[in-house]
Amino acid sequence: MSETSSVGIVTAQTAHFSEPLKLKSGEVLPAYDLAYETYGTLNADKSNAVLICHALSGNHHVAGKYAETDKYPGWWDNLIGPGRPLDTNKFFVIGLNNLGGCHGSSGPSSINPATGKPWGADFPVVTVEDWVKSQARLANHLGIDQLAAVIGGSLGGMQALQWTMSYPDRVRHALVIASAPNLTAQNMAFNEVARQAIMTDPEFYDGHYYEHNTVPRRGLRIARMLGHITYLSDDAMGAKFGRKLRDGEIKYGFGVEFEMESYLRYQGDKFAGEFDANTYLRMTRALDYFDPALEHGGNLSAALAGVKAKFLVVSFTSDWRFSPARSHEIMKALLDNECSVSYAEVTAAHGHDAFLMPDPHYHDILRNYLQNIRTEGRE
Amino acid sequence: MNATQNLEKIAEYRQDFAIIANWLKFGSKALDLGCGDGELLHFLQGSMKVRGYGVEKDDANWLSCLQNGINVIQMDLEAGLSGFEAQSFDVVILSQTLQAMHNTENIVHEMLRVGREAIVTFPNFGYWRNRLQLMAGQMPVSRDIPYQWYDTPNVHLCTIKDFDQFCENHNIHVKERLVLTYGQRIQFMPNLRGSLAMYRLGRK
Repeated sequence: MSETSSVGIVTAQTAHFSEPLKLKSGEVLPAYDLAYETYGTLNADKSNAVLICHALSGNHHVAGKYAETDKYPGWWDNLIGPGRPLDTNKFFVIGLNNLGGCHGSSGPSSINPATGKPWGADFPVVTVEDWVKSQARLANHLGIDQLAAVIGGSLGGMQALQWTMSYPDRVRHALVIASAPNLTAQNMAFNEVARQAIMTDPEFYDGHYYEHNTVPRRGLRIARMLGHITYLSDDAMGAKFGRKLRDGEIKYGFGVEFEMESYLRYQGDKFAGEFDANTYLRMTRALDYFDPALEHGGNLSAALAGVKAKFLVVSFTSDWRFSPARSHEIMKALLDNECSVSYAEVTAAHGHDAFLMPDPHYHDILRNYLQNIRTEGRE
Repeated sequence: MNATQNLEKIAEYRQDFAIIANWLKFGSKALDLGCGDGELLHFLQGSMKVRGYGVEKDDANWLSCLQNGINVIQMDLEAGLSGFEAQSFDVVILSQTLQAMHNTENIVHEMLRVGREAIVTFPNFGYWRNRLQLMAGQMPVSRDIPYQWYDTPNVHLCTIKDFDQFCENHNIHVKERLVLTYGQRIQFMPNLRGSLAMYRLGRK
């Protein structure tokens, strides 16, 4: 295998959009910013652009580091770079922070120009369709008419799927990974518990906690702990922590005794310190609301009737939050429409988190699929 | 395998492929079950402009399909074809995989549910070389059945006569049947002299 490396040092950019964005809810966002990063070089006929859509807690910092001293690179760094599955020698890769986010794009924690104060609870509820619309405007901003591919895992996969429906002529390939055509009741139930944890936190102040110089840290923490349980499989948690005790003995109390508790608390604390609670509410709502079949009487095949993109659908055997059965539904609807689609069910122990892991077979799948995408002269 | 044998194998494969191609209409929509590395579909896409999907369980084969430019669905055929609508394909192909299926009756039934036509090929266990090995007191091992009894994936080997009876009993219409040995068509005593059986099936 050839040498692979990171994209190196990267810089975030911000694009301002002054054209109002009409949202699915009916509300209008008069103007907004989108934070984004790009890796690689856009080719002469602008045919090699790949958009990465992030999931619940992701952002535009997909690959590379801002400084050599950064502890961690972007959230999908193992995928992107020269010689990596998404090869930046070939592709021009775009990552963005979705609307409603908390990492530079307009969202509840950014300033509402109308009031000069943070939007807080007043920031509108955004949907996957709204995101895709704003992403298309970002593509316009970058001078890109048609994307070679849109790639996303989980909630990101929903955006990739939505792209093919909203803009069938503007995307040639969609890589829909560990995703679903909508959430099951059980899956939405986890989101509701997470939101309740946040909204019942006394520091939440109906979403206007910025004015009180506080954050609903306890709620966010519990929401994230719950999330982490569902992203891992029982086996993966068993293998990682089992019943291991942190100090080797039972203490008959309620402190951190088991390794698993230590992990969850660490993840919860870390997240609560860097993520915005109002953003979390909106991201989970976007997940809940995504249901392209709804307008077609529950018929996903009808929803996908006009798509032109070619598809790669990937699921992971131990992923119970976005199970292979849900990917089958997407695959079936694509088959019903005689779309070009390949489907891989990757044997993996890591549950939903597997889509971010550098499993060799999984990466071979992505590498081979992406290698086959033609960029010069298009398809 | 030496060069001559290799050529023989290619010639035979082509014959096998050529017959399947001959049974398809130009531009047909085909589903190839247990498609291996996608060689057959690749050939049919090139020669007959077939719009095809392969179904393959094995990771390495699945990747080969992708490299061959084949649309490939990773799933276990034993679970049936519930992801496919009835009569949604012109033809469903099961090439040299029947003998390794546990749920044999179900898969043939499913093929004819999903496809307007089915093509099934399998190594003929009644071939004289196989019979000779059995007469000598051992399970047959040959190029078509290249496994030892203890490591074979083949759980439902059958003869041409067996499969004819299977179709009769299951109300399956045999539209055409071709028997080959080393790529040559066998018309006289095919169950004894033929090593590869090819069936074109429909509903009665």
